[in-house]
Amino acid sequence: MSQKNRLDDGLIDRSETFSFRFDSQYYKGHKGDTLASALLANGVRLMGRSFKYHRPRGVMTAGSEEPNALVELRDGARKEPNTRATTAELFDGLRAESQNRWPSLAFDAMEVNDLLSSFFAAGFYYKTFMWPAAFWEKIYEPIIRRAAGLGSLSTRDHPDEYDKGFLHCDLLIIGGGPAGLAAALTAGESGARVILADEDFLIGGRLNLESHALGGMSGPAWAAEMGARLGAMPNVRVMPRTTVMGAFDHGVYGAVERVSDHLKVPEDGKPRQILWRITSKRAILCAGATERPIVFENNDRPGIMQASAIRAYANRWAVTPARQVAIFTNNDDGHRTASDLVAKGVDDVSVIDTRTDAPSSSDYNVIAGGVIDQTWGRLGLTQIEVKMPRGGIRRIKCGALGVSGGWNPNVHLTCHQRGRPVWNDAIAGFVPGEALPMGMTVAGAANGVFSTHGALKTGADAAKGVLSDLGLTAKTLPLPETEDAPARVTPFWHVKTAKRAWVDQQNDVTAKDIKLAHQENFRSVEHLKRYTTLGMATDQGKTSNIAGLAIMAEVAGTSIPEVGTTMFRPPYTPTAMGVFAGRARGTETRPTRLTPSHRWAEEQGAVFTEAGLWLRAQWFPKPGETHWRESCDREVLQTRKSVGICDVTSLGKIDVQGSDAAAFLNLVYCNGFAKLPVGKVRYGLMLREDGIVMDDGTAARLAEDHFIVTTTTGNALGVYRHMEFVRQCLCPDMDVQLISTTEAWAQFAVAGPKSRALLHKIVDDEFDLSNAAFPFMACAETTICGGLRARLFRISFSGELAYEIAVPTRYGDALIRRLMDAGKEFDVVPYGLEALNVMRIEKGHATANELNGTTTALNLGMGRMVSKKKDSIGSILSERPGLTEADALKLVGLKPVDPENPVPAGAHLMTKDAKATASNDQGYVTSACYSPNLGHHIALGFLKAGDARLGEVIGLVSPLTGINHDVEVVSPHFLDPKGERLRA
Amino acid sequence: MHDLAPLCALGGTDPAIETLAGVTLTEFPDLALASVSARRGSEAACRAHLKGLLNSAVPKPGRAVFKNPEAAFWIGPDQWMVSAPHASHADLTDQLNSRFLNTASITEQTDGWVCFDLRGEGVEEMIRLCANIDIDQMQTGDAVRTVVHHMGVYILRLDPANALRIFGPRSSAKSLHLALKTAMGAAL
Repeated sequence: MSQKNRLDDGLIDRSETFSFRFDSQYYKGHKGDTLASALLANGVRLMGRSFKYHRPRGVMTAGSEEPNALVELRDGARKEPNTRATTAELFDGLRAESQNRWPSLAFDAMEVNDLLSSFFAAGFYYKTFMWPAAFWEKIYEPIIRRAAGLGSLSTRDHPDEYDKGFLHCDLLIIGGGPAGLAAALTAGESGARVILADEDFLIGGRLNLESHALGGMSGPAWAAEMGARLGAMPNVRVMPRTTVMGAFDHGVYGAVERVSDHLKVPEDGKPRQILWRITSKRAILCAGATERPIVFENNDRPGIMQASAIRAYANRWAVTPARQVAIFTNNDDGHRTASDLVAKGVDDVSVIDTRTDAPSSSDYNVIAGGVIDQTWGRLGLTQIEVKMPRGGIRRIKCGALGVSGGWNPNVHLTCHQRGRPVWNDAIAGFVPGEALPMGMTVAGAANGVFSTHGALKTGADAAKGVLSDLGLTAKTLPLPETEDAPARVTPFWHVKTAKRAWVDQQNDVTAKDIKLAHQENFRSVEHLKRYTTLGMATDQGKTSNIAGLAIMAEVAGTSIPEVGTTMFRPPYTPTAMGVFAGRARGTETRPTRLTPSHRWAEEQGAVFTEAGLWLRAQWFPKPGETHWRESCDREVLQTRKSVGICDVTSLGKIDVQGSDAAAFLNLVYCNGFAKLPVGKVRYGLMLREDGIVMDDGTAARLAEDHFIVTTTTGNALGVYRHMEFVRQCLCPDMDVQLISTTEAWAQFAVAGPKSRALLHKIVDDEFDLSNAAFPFMACAETTICGGLRARLFRISFSGELAYEIAVPTRYGDALIRRLMDAGKEFDVVPYGLEALNVMRIEKGHATANELNGTTTALNLGMGRMVSKKKDSIGSILSERPGLTEADALKLVGLKPVDPENPVPAGAHLMTKDAKATASNDQGYVTSACYSPNLGHHIALGFLKAGDARLGEVIGLVSPLTGINHDVEVVSPHFLDPKGERLRA
Repeated sequence: MHDLAPLCALGGTDPAIETLAGVTLTEFPDLALASVSARRGSEAACRAHLKGLLNSAVPKPGRAVFKNPEAAFWIGPDQWMVSAPHASHADLTDQLNSRFLNTASITEQTDGWVCFDLRGEGVEEMIRLCANIDIDQMQTGDAVRTVVHHMGVYILRLDPANALRIFGPRSSAKSLHLALKTAMGAAL
């Protein structure tokens, strides 16, 4: 019969009926159900199989602390493993599969593990899988991998989107139960900016699960009214379905809002979840408490639950897990379940209370001083055996057993910054310690105050304290009359005679495992955790940690507080990786920077590569070309023959001005800049403080007090940061101002024998481009194309007669088109990074490959550039021992003795015929290419005392790729070593 | 007059406009920008010039002054960004150099930035998905430096108050535009 376990009333909407599937069965439920409540309503108690022993398991709780009822929710690309059935909101068409069983939940072949349980005690893997060694890779590891984990991933691309968001407020209230609501109302009515967050889809916390009245209203009605009142306040943001999962530094909290989890499919454009970073001046933790079980024989059968969960299902979801129910408790609160069930028509209820002074009742049977000795019912509880106080056993038939060992305040967020909770004897539990995160206070059950009245009062008082701190006048709101029962609990952690009793149900950790840990000397709480895996499952030990500590304390002969707690860390509950990524996925993982000629390059069919965040053209294939070398070789040959154009906008450009600009550059560059004439450019080498080369570039002097400094693309940010540090911290008395202009100017290299002729058609007539008027290393501000302001630099990376021309970026596209048009008569060719690289290697110019963070000016053959006539950053330490050895590495060129051979970068250099060992290592290859101008491969590299070994034949080895052949040491300047083409 | 045609930062000849649920996101290319950094020892003189230019007190940290045609916002100690309509002030850098002379270093910044204007009810909820700023406390004339999806930006609150101006790095215009458009779809 459908929904046979339904009761009356509850907070479900019976006018909306949903159809859903669990494993291969279809069921019906209602709006407001969770998957767990709907399954229980349909009489389904078996919901999973345990991790190690594959024991049949059912739902244990009604909240996010659930250890057992984990399902794979949804199917297809949205399939999500390890979803708690207790928090999954039911929607029409929901599909869920149980996990960790084969072939089915009712018949799981792996249950054989339960029979072999003595071989699977805690830490068994430290003592097994060692012999024979050969079995490890092919047999043991694959088996372990298949057995590990609970659910499985879809392995498909996830179709949903996630957002990151930022909120600011005066007061963040974590938890929307009675304490949180009282705090929010007090603070909200007093004008503070409040955020109230609760993980549930209904605000109210336990008010929605209990039968207490508040001022004559039911708990749910009062909560709904207060929620509506808060929602109407413009200064209050109410956030249901939002878990505050971490307390981070400086008053920052992480919160995950489940925007669309309860929908079959998110609305178009809307995120599935949002990760909010909430910056709050103050916070009140009203996170409530979690009921803990008692440990006894076979305490993990489907139907055995928290006592409070049974009454939650009855009160809120109008469901009873069975028609015959027993309760096992050590405190007064457990009895509430019995009275609530009777009130809802489930009158076959027995209470087994460990305390001999347990309260009696006329509505249900109480066994005071009784203890559960055994349970029966493999796939679902059928009966329990109670050891009676005066001896003997009583059997009680029941399909559900509610267990209450007391309540643990949810202190977690108070400990996210290394705080530790403190033991409170009155409630036999941990409460928040003294050292709380900055700005946080605690109220209600999270602080060990368990009554409804206590929660309301402490919540309101905490808010008043915050308001006073913030200088706001607190309005005192009347609190409704409600119950204020004291918490009466007598500690009872486990039944000592139990042989198989579960402590951590998700990781299948038993009481015996904890005793074993002690026996094997893993006694500190952190060792206990890791040796047994207690508390290490997805529920993070929320229903198991304390019992584990209690058992350890007992065998160790100490107290629970002396055993202590392990470190608490965010997130409070499992959080999807997707929400941490937000929108930074795929191509949007980081921003993309496009050059001004990008659109034009796309039209040419350019192939792009990433240079940092930039997309730069690598080569421009022509129709018919099938291999990149064809394009690259063509671009190199054509540029050196006539003229080529390359977009060099990405190289850093730093504007340096001020009366001390030249002195400043003289300090940051190791070579001289103080006397650079206006209208000239100079190559500059920048050292780190420790004498190693940081970057190279140029500085162009446009005026006495105005320079443009260029950097490599990859180091632009680093150099700018370094220069700002020098300006602000090392020489704050200098009159120098810096700002980046990398983006503001589109810049193109125009290189080749015809470059002047081409530029002649672009630059306005008044400007004299002749070699005499504008020689190598000149610079000027000028105009082009009838008056557009431009900057011209005669510098050359290719080694050809070359210029770089810059215009404001908005004209970059027009300029490349104009240059290409004007260059048609010269067979102009666009060239990309590959060709640029070939040409600079042919000329022996260094790039990041050579400036690799370990090389000095001396290594680069630029030792004499480090001026000793002035102080500059890195100058002194560049002379330290170790950097000036006689056999220091020197930059050389390399060419293969057999012209067919390559000279791959990364290969190492050995003296000819020496054995390829590290002790014989003479150096390494940094840059390599095929030179179409020379007809063979060439390379640059560093060789010990290389400048004195020109002409020597040495060995090139790459043991990993099996390369071993001879190369000749040559000058790194393969082409035009005198630079005649440059100066034409 | 030169004959080279400019492109907008997003690569079109015309500025891009997106509208969703009463909020418009408009690319705004018609601004000339220049940075003004006081030279050492001339801070007071530089401020005097800026005051004269804006006909008002110099913008304090985190603040802007909107004047016609020039506006300015604070970008660092003794440093401001000045803006003016591009049509009349393409040579803004030269104009400012003539005014400030040696009291400040002026640098052309016009095409270093892409400018987006956001207008309409709902811009606040949108910005909450983009930048870690307390948008509810942001007043007309506030100008803050912040980050949107890893891109450093300036956000200014204009007049009327439901209008925001966002300056971002020009080369990442497409990434910034996508981030803002996506936030529109998610928040509105």
